[in-house]
Amino acid sequence: MSFATEVMNAALVIAFVTVAIAQAMSMLRLILGPSTGDRILALDTMVVNAIGLIVLLGIAQGVRVYFEVSMIIAMLGFVSTVAYARFVLRGDIIE
Amino acid sequence: MSAEIIGTYAVAVALLIGSIFALVGAIGLLRFNDSMIRLHAPTKVGTVGIGSLLLASMIHAYTFGDGSMHEVLIMAFLFVTAPISANFIAKVNIHKRACDTPPAPPRDETWSTLNVPEADRDIDTSKAG
Repeated sequence: MSFATEVMNAALVIAFVTVAIAQAMSMLRLILGPSTGDRILALDTMVVNAIGLIVLLGIAQGVRVYFEVSMIIAMLGFVSTVAYARFVLRGDIIE
Repeated sequence: MSAEIIGTYAVAVALLIGSIFALVGAIGLLRFNDSMIRLHAPTKVGTVGIGSLLLASMIHAYTFGDGSMHEVLIMAFLFVTAPISANFIAKVNIHKRACDTPPAPPRDETWSTLNVPEADRDIDTSKAG
């Protein structure tokens, strides 16, 4: 195990901890959020952070399957954000 | 210094940049004090943060495996959809009156009606055209 691999593994651990802290902070905004827009924004940020965590998991385990997982979560996150915003705006999702 | 060592260091640097941007976006989301201002911070997470993490994943695949370009798809999808969802959230903020709304327009009798404005009343329109 060379020095470069050790540096990469340390960076991986730091990235895991940092993105997890970011995820927890956006969850705090989801709980606090005074208005509905803040809560939708916090959920959107949490989806993006979850994609980052899954990508990090794929790097750590060296498995390529996690790509499909993050792709599907990216699509689902966008659709759910738009659906929630439309529900607040129009009182209905599909008119 | 072989290509594998350079690739490994590049993965480490991309991971650190991405995670720092994710943390900065979350701090901004937590600390800004207005709904519309709060909309600004998490865009960093969506573009540079996730983009850098996916770049790290691509470099890792090319260094240790047979490489993959699939991550570009996620990057492109996030870059395309981030402004759309931000626009929708801004609309929700305006709808919920969670931000400063523009002042009411002045009372006006001529806008979008057939009334001729005061300044144009003495122009004879019957001969024109």
